[in-house]
Formats: sequence, C-alpha cells, structure tokens
Amino acid sequence: MIKNSHEQVTQALLSSNGLNDAHLDKALASLLSHSIDGGDLYFQLSQHESWALEDGIVKNGSFNIDQGVGVRAISGEKTGFSYAENISDDALFSATKAARSIAKVGQQQSHKILAAKSSPALYQAINPIDTLSDKEKIALLEKADAVARAEDSRVKQVFANLSSVYEQVLVVATDGTLASDIRPLVRLNVSVIVEENGRREQASSGGGGRYSLQNFIDEDSVVAYAKEAVRQALVNLQAIPAPAGAMPIVLGSGWPGVLLHEAVGHGLEGDFNRKGSSTYSGCIGQQVASPLVTVVDNGTIENRRGSLSVDDEGTPTQNNVLIENGVLKNYMQDKMNAKLMGVAPTGNGRRESYAHLPMPRMTNTYMLAGDSEQAELIASVDKGIYAANFGGGQVDITSGKFVFSASEAYLIENGKITTPVKGATLIGNGPDVMNKISMVGNDLALDTGVGVCGKEGQSVPVGVGQPSLKIDEITVGGTAL
Amino acid sequence: MSNEINAALIKERIEFALDIAKKNNVEAEVSASESIGLSASARMGDVETVEFNNDRSFSITVYKGTQKGAASTNDLHDEAIEKAIKAASSIAGFTGEDKYAGLPDKDLLAWEAKDLDLDHPWDIDSEKAIALAIECEDAARNYDAEISNSEGAAVNSHRGVVVLGNSHGFVQSYSGGRHSISCSVIAGQADAMQRDYAYTLNRISTQLNSAAEVGEEAARKAIKRLNPQAIKSQEVPILFSNEMARSLLGSLMSAINGRSIYHKASFLLDSVGEQLFPEWLNVVEQPHLKQAIGSSAFDGEGTATQDRSWIEGGKLQGYMLDSYSARQLGEKTTGNAGGTRNLELQASNMASFDDLLHEMQTGFYVTEMMGSGANTVTGDYSRGAAGYWVENGVIQHAVDEVTIAGNLRDMYKDIVAVGNDIDLRSSTRSGSVLISKMTLAGK
Repeated sequence: MIKNSHEQVTQALLSSNGLNDAHLDKALASLLSHSIDGGDLYFQLSQHESWALEDGIVKNGSFNIDQGVGVRAISGEKTGFSYAENISDDALFSATKAARSIAKVGQQQSHKILAAKSSPALYQAINPIDTLSDKEKIALLEKADAVARAEDSRVKQVFANLSSVYEQVLVVATDGTLASDIRPLVRLNVSVIVEENGRREQASSGGGGRYSLQNFIDEDSVVAYAKEAVRQALVNLQAIPAPAGAMPIVLGSGWPGVLLHEAVGHGLEGDFNRKGSSTYSGCIGQQVASPLVTVVDNGTIENRRGSLSVDDEGTPTQNNVLIENGVLKNYMQDKMNAKLMGVAPTGNGRRESYAHLPMPRMTNTYMLAGDSEQAELIASVDKGIYAANFGGGQVDITSGKFVFSASEAYLIENGKITTPVKGATLIGNGPDVMNKISMVGNDLALDTGVGVCGKEGQSVPVGVGQPSLKIDEITVGGTAL
Repeated sequence: MSNEINAALIKERIEFALDIAKKNNVEAEVSASESIGLSASARMGDVETVEFNNDRSFSITVYKGTQKGAASTNDLHDEAIEKAIKAASSIAGFTGEDKYAGLPDKDLLAWEAKDLDLDHPWDIDSEKAIALAIECEDAARNYDAEISNSEGAAVNSHRGVVVLGNSHGFVQSYSGGRHSISCSVIAGQADAMQRDYAYTLNRISTQLNSAAEVGEEAARKAIKRLNPQAIKSQEVPILFSNEMARSLLGSLMSAINGRSIYHKASFLLDSVGEQLFPEWLNVVEQPHLKQAIGSSAFDGEGTATQDRSWIEGGKLQGYMLDSYSARQLGEKTTGNAGGTRNLELQASNMASFDDLLHEMQTGFYVTEMMGSGANTVTGDYSRGAAGYWVENGVIQHAVDEVTIAGNLRDMYKDIVAVGNDIDLRSSTRSGSVLISKMTLAGK
C-alpha cells in the first residue's frame, strides 16, 4: 500500500527532523508577533541524479541532495526572507526571527488553522531515480551514442545526458495553506558534433517531463532524439550565411514557442505589472496582438515539464488565458502581487528552491491553433526565412525588445523552402511582433520538455508551444546584406 | 543559522570525508564552500526586501581506479557524508573506465595557498543596508523628471570560504568577500520606456562608489537611452563598451578550453602559435592580484594558479586546461579548472574612450547585448544589441532593436584599437574595443 503522498512528504520533511504541527504553529505565531500581513514556510528536500556520456563512455555520474526551509514575512510591498539548510526547531526559530524583522513588533495576530487541501495530482508520486537501474540508465545513454553514430559517418562526437530529479515540498502559510507536492522530473538530452571537409557543426535534441525514466525506453524517444540531433547538425553543414535585415518569417510549431515566452510571457508576469515596469502595464482589455492570437499559460497539463499540481505557495495551478483573440485578459500572479493588485492568485508563484523568494513565473505557455496549413504560410512568403528550430531567448520587459536564436533555418524564396541558413539571432519588440502575426497554423505542438526559464537569478523548468506562425516582419541578424 | 563562517569545521568535515574514502579504498576530492550575507533592496523610497543568505555546498568526487562518481550534500553530519561517499562510490562502480580520470598531479597543487587579501567584512546590518539602498534609489529618482519609475536599488554584502581537499593529503582554503550597491530605473512613459542600471562592486566596502553616485549613473544611463531611432542594415565599425567587450574574451576562453579542444568542438582547433589578433594585443591572466575580484590561489581542483599569457603579440600561446583535459591532450594542467582568474585584455597603445569614438568616426557603439549568439564550434556570432549611433566621432542618438553579426575569427583580427577604460568589476577585465567592421541588421 502506497502511503498517501501528503503523509509521505510530512514524514520526509517534518517527522524525520523531529518536527510536528506544534512546531509549525509556533513558527507561524512567531512570524505573526510582528505587524506583517502574512508569511509562509517552505520545506524542500530534493534529490538529483545525473549521468553523462562522451567519447562513447559514460564518464560522469552524480547524486546530489539538498534540503532546507525558507521563511518569508510580507508586509504590504515589503518582504523579509531567511532560510536554513538544516530543518530543525532552532533553525526555524532563527529564520523566522530574521524574516519578521521586516516589520515592527505588533499585537500578536492569530493565524488560520492549517488544513491539508488536496489538489488533483498531475503526475505520479514516484521517485524517478528508482525507475530504472543504474545499468539500464547507462544502456540508455549508450544507445543514444550508438544510434547517433550509426545514423551518419560524419558524426564525430556524441554527448548524452540523463537527469532525474525527485523533489518533495511542503508549504505552510499564515492564511491557512497547508499543501504538499511530490514532483518527479526527468530529462534526456543528445548533442552531436558532425564534420565534413573540415567544417564542424553542433546540434542537440532532447526531452522529458514529470514521469518515469521508463518512458524514454517505452516510447523509444532516445532513438528519436539521437536521430533528430544528427539531422539538424547535418542540415547546418550545408548552411549559407543568413540574411541581415527586416523580412517576413515563418516559425515552426513546438519549441519555437519560445517566441511567446519572451515576446509576451515575461511582460505579463504580475510583479512587473504591479510595479508598472512592463511594456504591457495597464493594458488589460486592450488589443495587444493580432486578433488571430490566443495565448494561455497552463500549469495543469498532466506529466508536462512546466506543470505543477500546486505552485510553490500552495495555490493549485490553472489554465490561465493571457491573451484572447489579441485582447489582453490576465497577468500571471503569485499571492503577494495578486493581493496588491486586487486580483486572485493564478497559481504562478514559483521559486527555484527554499533558498529563493517566490515570484510570478510561467508554467506551460503556448498559443492556441489557428486554421491555416503550414504549407499556406510558406507559400505566402516571397522572400524570407523559415525558422524550424530555436535555441534560447531573452527579453527586456520594459522596452519590450526581445531576441531568440534560430538553430535550424532556411531561406524561403518564391513561396518555397530552399537553402539552409546559419543560425542567427532574431530581434523584435513584443507588442509590434505580436501585431504582425498574420497567419496561424492548425498544427499546435508543445515542446518536448527541455525548457529552463531564468529570472532574477532563479531557474525553473517551463514548457512552451505554438502552431506554425507567420510574422510579416522581424529583424533577422545574419551577415549577408 | 549561524552568523559566522566556520572554516575550521568545514576543514574537519573534509578530513572526515577523506578518511571515510580511505577506509573504503577509494581516492576522493572534496570541494566545499560556505557563504553568509545580507541583501537589502528598496523601491519607491521604501524598503522592498531583506534577505539573509547562508549557503553551503559539500561536493565529493570519488575515483575507483579510473572510474569516477560524484555526490553532494548540504548536510554535514557524519551519516550524510557517509551516505554521499557511498552514493559516489556506487556511481563509480557503473561509470566506464577512463584512463584520463583521476586526482590532479600532486606536485602542481597549491600546498601553501597564498593569502590574497580578499576578505574585508563590511560592518553593515539590515538597517544600514536599507538606508543605503533608499539613498541610492532616491538619488536616481530625484535626478531628473524623465525618471518615471524604478525597479529599485539593492545593497549586498557577502563573505565566504572555499575549502578544497583530496586524497593526496591536500586541504587548503581561502576566504573572500564582495560588496555591492546597484540600481535600476526607468525613464520615459508607456511604450517609450527605457530601463538601465548601474552598480559598484568591490571586495572592500570603503572602495565602493557612493550610493548617490550609483543612483545618478543609473538615471543618466536610462535617460540617454530614450528616443531610439531605427538604423538601416549595413556593414559598420562597432565599438564595444568595456562592459560588453568582456564577452569577446569569454568567447575566446571557451574556444581554447581544453574540453572544447579534445572534443574538436572549437573554431580555434590547432590554432596555437597562430596570429589570431593584431600583433600589438595581449591577453594575460593574473590570479594573484591582491584584493581583486577574480583572485584565487588555487583552481577548482586545488592546482596552484599562476600568471599566464594567453595571447602574446596577437598569437595564441596555448590551451586552457584542467588536469583531465590536459591528460587528454598529453599536456600538464594550466590551473584553470573552473576558468580564468583576472583575465585582462592589454595593448601596447591603449586609447582613451574619446579617442576610440574619434577613431571610429561613423559607426555603432554597443552598450547592451541580448541573447547567446556566440557559437564556439563555428565562431559564428549574432547577437541582439542596443547602444548609440556615432557620426564624426560624436554620439548622435540611441539605437535599439538591431543585431550585430560576424565570425569571431574575423572580429578578433579586425580589432583596431583598445581603450584604457578597463572595467575592474569582474574577473574578466577589458577596456572598450573597436572592431573595424561587422554586419548590423536593422530596418
């Protein structure tokens, strides 16, 4: 009989460290002896295992354990924060004392009675590290190497990485929140270097999610990733310099959705909009994109990398419509920013670990499908670029300028995809580019589960997705004038 | 939560771990660190956050002959360390035989780590830090009516210790601290907003710029970026600001990193001795500068660091190695596990920034870049950029939403002048750098 997962988390984070509900009560009461609006305790235990192959050998493996508790006190727009890596009554007391110093001593406030609420789990409460034996994990990486090398004799080097994270979290807050979550996360990545006539190119492919490592075997995704990495690298061997300047572009479906993450996603996070520092501040209800555009941030998709049953403040995640038919509907919120803006939290309060403060963050951000065939998008372009795949991106939320880097792209000439071009950075302004989306494909796809989003020094796993898109004009940063 | 770093305790824990490893007949390396600090930020004239930081790491690498495994824990109790060694040993039972794996050479270790004078505590508590942050942000917001909003100012003070030990009987440590004041403000309104930031960073708090200076600089920079104008795509000279020029050195070092070389994943493969830069240009590393931000007596595996010339007379002198990549290439480690320390671009005739503007005459002065568009395998380079358009050696107007592209091999050859305005706030130090031509993509 599997223990109820809340009991399992409580056992791992509290009981095994000699803590019980009375200690939590005491810590919350200690926070509330100062004039704060509220606060929370975030307990976390994470285990991370990874294996890495190069030169045909699994040379490196590592196993990391990190645990601790973060204590936060909020008073209006002020936050006090402290954390400790040992979970104990003493450590809780010191951290609580430090965090509450943000506000003056006040009349003792009472807190709501803690009651564990269960949210539907979006993934199994498994430890993915145990889902394959070490031998099987190594065999998986060796298969990636063998498949990639067998694919083409121009493959000179193969790197393969397998990573499994098992995270248990418990959130306790003065508003009565008591929530726990068991979060498995796995990822497999294959990267290759190909060489022909002295020219070398690199490409990578991979995926993962909140599931068992067994999935990589069952779905033979290791073969797919290895072949895809080789295919992209070989395409790049033939690439000519990319053009420079403003031109129409067709984006492929899936991972190119990193466009949305940068062009609108960050700009719709609640903290920036509360402070008025985003180019989208004060724009709710306004037309901010082409009417073809509907964008959601959906943390509730089963087993996805960006999904969470509850966010890091214990709020259940939601499917939030951000932009509907081009009109801005909602920002993404954590508890603090929701309160200050007078709206409800949206389940987007996330943090890298107990040692970091939560902020509004994305989960799985994607655009809904339109009704055009991808072929129609390509056929409509006289002279432009088809960007099938991308690396990462970056945005300045204040000016709205964003970049993303094509890793597989082709010229479109007279409505036809012709020659591959070298990777180039694309740059645009969020609102401009979103208004220049003139065709949306019917081929919505989510990425394979590789996204990592960075904000203020904190990294969290996310998902992106989109159908094929046509943007009438964006600046392509090639070298060919 | 302790308020003092206990280096002696960490050393004792490392000795304990090495002892357990010995009992288990494996060799081991332990890299540990602990840091404590305070971060306070203020926004719109009031405190926004106060964070008390206390971070610890304890990473163990185990070698069973030529098989390797690693584990880490942030719990330093006996059982946790024993468990980590067991986990690392178990992994080492599964990884493949790798004849290049193993501890660094004993005779190259920093047996007596030099004191580089890096640890200068700042006598500051959260109240003082908040007051300074508020002073900094006030200076920025009161600088000019164009400043419309703020992302706040922050004061940080952190101290830490790094301890490294291995089964050669080596255990050495160094302590260091860094303190900073930073500020980020917004100029302009609605869809014409521009943001910029400024910061001061030093190991000695009394050498920081004043909070007010930092605030005013952030405000000046944000205002200067208002009203950017479009420019057309063209081939132009590019002047990288000192802050941006650092990344050119960063790309060079990743391309000559031994790991990239033995994987044949670098555009600078087989380039030692080659004239990559103009003959008047040098790149040197000085890890032992007293009080400098990047200084360190030993590298990430305990090997003694040393002064080194990477580019001399424009020619590449050698590859950057740790003990593993050195063995792969049949060489000795250069003491660069974890990168370079105080890397600096130098030239025989360094110009003032104004001279560089004058020498460029007409071109693009880059003060910000976006995205990660430097490909170390091919040298291809394409990044988003913002900055200023320059004509007749005089800044004309702000520019944004453009890209600059080229190939690093060409860019290095095409450096025509280097500024004496060296930015010392980083472990990689450079003055502004003028490159004769790159492709700018705009409207």
